[in-house]
Amino acid sequence: MILSVLSSPALVSGLMVARAKNLVHSVLFPILVFRNTSGLLLLLGLDFSAMIFPVVQIGAIAVSFLFVVMMFHIQIAEIHEEVLRYLPVSGIIGLIFWWEMFFILDNETIPLLPNQRNTTSLRYTIYVVKVRSWTNLETLGNLLYTYYSV
Amino acid sequence: MYIAVPAEILGIILPLLLGVAFLVLAERKVMAFVQRRKGPDVVGSFGLLQPLADGLKLILKEPISPSSANFSLFRMAPVATFMLSLVAWAVVPFDYGMVLSDSNIGLLYLFAISSLGVYGIITAGRSSNSKYAFLGALRSAAQMVSYEVSIGLILITVLICVGPRNSSEIVMAQKQIWSGIPLFPVLVMFLISCLAETNRAPFDLPEAEAELVAGYNVEYSSMGSALFFLGEYANMILMSGPCTSLSPGGWPPILDLPIFKKIPGSIWFSIKVILFLFLYIWVRAAFPRYRYDQLMGLGRKVFLPLSLARVVPVSGVLVTFQWLP
Repeated sequence: MILSVLSSPALVSGLMVARAKNLVHSVLFPILVFRNTSGLLLLLGLDFSAMIFPVVQIGAIAVSFLFVVMMFHIQIAEIHEEVLRYLPVSGIIGLIFWWEMFFILDNETIPLLPNQRNTTSLRYTIYVVKVRSWTNLETLGNLLYTYYSV
Repeated sequence: MYIAVPAEILGIILPLLLGVAFLVLAERKVMAFVQRRKGPDVVGSFGLLQPLADGLKLILKEPISPSSANFSLFRMAPVATFMLSLVAWAVVPFDYGMVLSDSNIGLLYLFAISSLGVYGIITAGRSSNSKYAFLGALRSAAQMVSYEVSIGLILITVLICVGPRNSSEIVMAQKQIWSGIPLFPVLVMFLISCLAETNRAPFDLPEAEAELVAGYNVEYSSMGSALFFLGEYANMILMSGPCTSLSPGGWPPILDLPIFKKIPGSIWFSIKVILFLFLYIWVRAAFPRYRYDQLMGLGRKVFLPLSLARVVPVSGVLVTFQWLP
């Protein structure tokens, strides 16, 4: 239930970025997107990434966008006319993006996807976590600075 | 479980609101005594009912908003500021285990909340539809963002010495010696950066009354201004809370004597927080205000290199002598 409470505002806010009439609103909607995405990351159990999102994205990136939008008076009234002209090409690109998103999913019922693998439904306890449980930050650092350090 | 958590939340927020109200009074009285006069002492005995009178006045006052202000953003900005300063109290430890949420990323959560605090100010200034408010808001936001970087680096310095632990354990790791004593310059820099972050004391040009017509909250009256005011003081207490838990050791008493252990840890925490708040008010009464270019120059040209210059040797020493926790 919490998943739908967090993910649907994320999608709606993402849509409203492009559709908002007021320019300042269309820079404030990514803030909602980042906030909901941070909540989704928390649901996945990635606490470090979920806290980095407000710090980096909302606190720095969106602030920079907000400064640009607020200090330069950009007129966007002309952009909203004649949008339907671009529908064929942009529709095809949008459909391709939409189809690519399903590569990540594990669902066997979606056709034309290469990831229909047989997964078992056994559950087993991972005992190594109970002996020494690594924090999120430790696992990231363990890989970042040794294996991926170049 | 479902009753305990809201009860804990109320148990943090209600005393915090009372504390903020009396902090306003305390500031006026302390500044008054520094300036050799008495503060408000007419309303109660020693002026103790003054916050009540102030709150009543602000609630009953007529809210006036500019007619061409962006309505939803205008109403939301003080609410957002106040909410953010309350929400961050979820990770401040008052005693061993007495945290609302004892997680490993508690300090990072505090840092995230102070990053979000910039937005209340920007939206307040922008939606007031007034050039003075807008400029004050942008200057204030730029100042907050600059000093946040040095706060983050100083937090990293202290966290390297402690290791990746949750909020209570970070305080417990100072059992041998308080972090503020070997890392004393770091404590001083952290205090100054917190002053600049909350737009306080010598760094409050964006809300200076003489120069810029009170900055970003010029168009707010009654509840809006009250919420900004309360949010600023709650932010002040918030910044001094983790400051005391990181540096001069949060709740364990000063010496390990059994007579000191009888007093509960949260009382020691409160005593230390009150000492830091007194320091805040003292600094406000004692020092003149920085000009804006001096302020930003200090943040970017002095504190940022200095905090970097603390992270690098501390981590170097720890890695060399294998003293990493």
